[in-house]
Amino acid sequence: MSVKSIGDYSFTPKDKVENFHGNMLVYMQWEKHLSFCAPLAFPLPPDMPFGDLVAGVLAPAYAVHPDSENVDFEKGEWQLNNVPFTPDFSKSLQENGLSHKSVIRVRTPGLEGLAGADSAAG
Amino acid sequence: MTVHKRTKKMGIKERYASMTRDLGWETSYQPMDKVFPYDTYEGIKIHDWDAWVDPFRLTMDAYWKYQSEKERKLYAVIDSFAQNNGQLGITDARYLNAVKIFLTGVSPLEYAAHRGYAFTGRHFRGVGARIACQMQSVDELRHAQTQLHSMSHYNKFFSGMHSRNMMHDRVWYLSVPKSFFDDAMTAGPFEFLTAISFSFEYVLTNLLFVPFMSGAAHNGDMATVTFGFSAQSDEARHMTLGIEIIKFMLEQDEANVPIVQRWIDKWFWRGYRMLALVSMMMDYMLPKRVMSWKEAWEMYFEEAGAALFEDLGRYGIRMPKYHEVATWEKDHLSHQVWSTFYNYAGAAAFHTWMPNDDEKSWLKDKYPDSFEKHYEPRFDHFTAKKEAGERFFNGSLPMLCNTCQIPLIFTEPGDPTTTCYRESEYKDDKYHFCSDGCKDIFDYEPEKYIQSWMPVHQIYQGNCGGAELEDVLKWYQFDLGADNGDYHDSEDYKMWTEWSESQKKAT
Repeated sequence: MSVKSIGDYSFTPKDKVENFHGNMLVYMQWEKHLSFCAPLAFPLPPDMPFGDLVAGVLAPAYAVHPDSENVDFEKGEWQLNNVPFTPDFSKSLQENGLSHKSVIRVRTPGLEGLAGADSAAG
Repeated sequence: MTVHKRTKKMGIKERYASMTRDLGWETSYQPMDKVFPYDTYEGIKIHDWDAWVDPFRLTMDAYWKYQSEKERKLYAVIDSFAQNNGQLGITDARYLNAVKIFLTGVSPLEYAAHRGYAFTGRHFRGVGARIACQMQSVDELRHAQTQLHSMSHYNKFFSGMHSRNMMHDRVWYLSVPKSFFDDAMTAGPFEFLTAISFSFEYVLTNLLFVPFMSGAAHNGDMATVTFGFSAQSDEARHMTLGIEIIKFMLEQDEANVPIVQRWIDKWFWRGYRMLALVSMMMDYMLPKRVMSWKEAWEMYFEEAGAALFEDLGRYGIRMPKYHEVATWEKDHLSHQVWSTFYNYAGAAAFHTWMPNDDEKSWLKDKYPDSFEKHYEPRFDHFTAKKEAGERFFNGSLPMLCNTCQIPLIFTEPGDPTTTCYRESEYKDDKYHFCSDGCKDIFDYEPEKYIQSWMPVHQIYQGNCGGAELEDVLKWYQFDLGADNGDYHDSEDYKMWTEWSESQKKAT
């Protein structure tokens, strides 16, 4: 549907990738670790290697979580835009199929947050 | 000398007619459609504006008289509150964080409502509706003003209350109430009234106004309570306008029913999402609790709301879409929202803390199915970190919903351990949502929401004062270290403790 209006109603989206100074927005979440209340948002260069995203962005963001000590994200179960996928850690974000406003989710069986696997509350 | 014969005084009915309906006329220099260009394009068909009923029969002169009387009483109380150091009578300084949210999140909406009703009151061709909107417009201006005056005494002593307008326009979580109202004000006049008068003031008001005002009463905040009393008769009038506009639209033409239903669906969900802030206020921020969010939801929505929609069923209106999601969320909402503000206490203009043992027992008692299992482990971890001197702050910015602008903090209906993600594509760009309700709203009018001023994205685009968090908070006009952070590290806490101790010594 379109907006009912008194005249022409079309606008440029406010969050076009061009507005992010060469970066694109990437959202990430370490699933079940809900003491971090929401997925996180980062502006990242599309040619950044996926391994750098994990080691340099995702891991530091969650570093204070107690599960961080034992995690090996390379063995995680990954989703890109809510579909399972296997990232190539040496290739760039773009080559891995990420685009502006992509969502990356990783689940690490055995590490399911503060309340453990039963309720996975933390 | 000529003697004028005294005419008989008009009766109430006659007087009402001549001072309201008689103020309108059929224009002759310009066609009515040109004078009232906005009351048809939304598709609502009105055949007889005279069928509009005003149960209050209030005329402007009487309105001024009532309001000025209430005003005199209110300001007498505000003066004595200030002279008697009323701030010392509250239960605990933690309470004032609820007042800070009200001042920066709700009072600016009263002003926005004043503008919205002024516009709407100009653009209906029916005189009855026009006058009701004009009175409400003046009410809302009065509410904004009297709220500011009632709360201003606290601003002399406590942090976070100094820049409400700027904060309302800029701060990330205040974009939630701001975008809600901007959405309503940029709709046509009929949608505006469905949004604000019906969905908000009629269906959901008991979940906003009542918790804040009874919260104030329970916690010794006489300034806010007195404001509440002074606004009560206005609110009754506003609720009546809400139900009247809905019945009027539905009775005028059957073709209006599906349009009104879609608006009810949309504005129920938008209003409910905004009330997430109230849920945490009720369950976590009031030192002396009134009732839990869950109990309030059951009483005011599941019972009262169901009765209302059963009544509207005869017009072909059903319960708002996704009401069952909101009902499922009643066990989780306040805990998820409080955790969010605990995460981002460094970037909020009020303080957060973890519940003490008594408060945890209350939460377990009120939320037997969810608190202990899902939220207590998280909160105990936060408490332990704080006690170890490593208070947890989430240092990364969150992903936001493109409709309600709340971070994606809500979980899948039925599964409190998995974040709820929804997504749409529009003209080659992705848009993300916290729920089906928010996704539906976007999908119906994407062109409207691609313009959303999303705080996190605006920061990354470089439009919020700078690249570092500190730059952004300064741009928000925060007094850093005083307005933000953990309650137990705050100046408010320090001052309150000193006051309480000196009061103890004095007795």
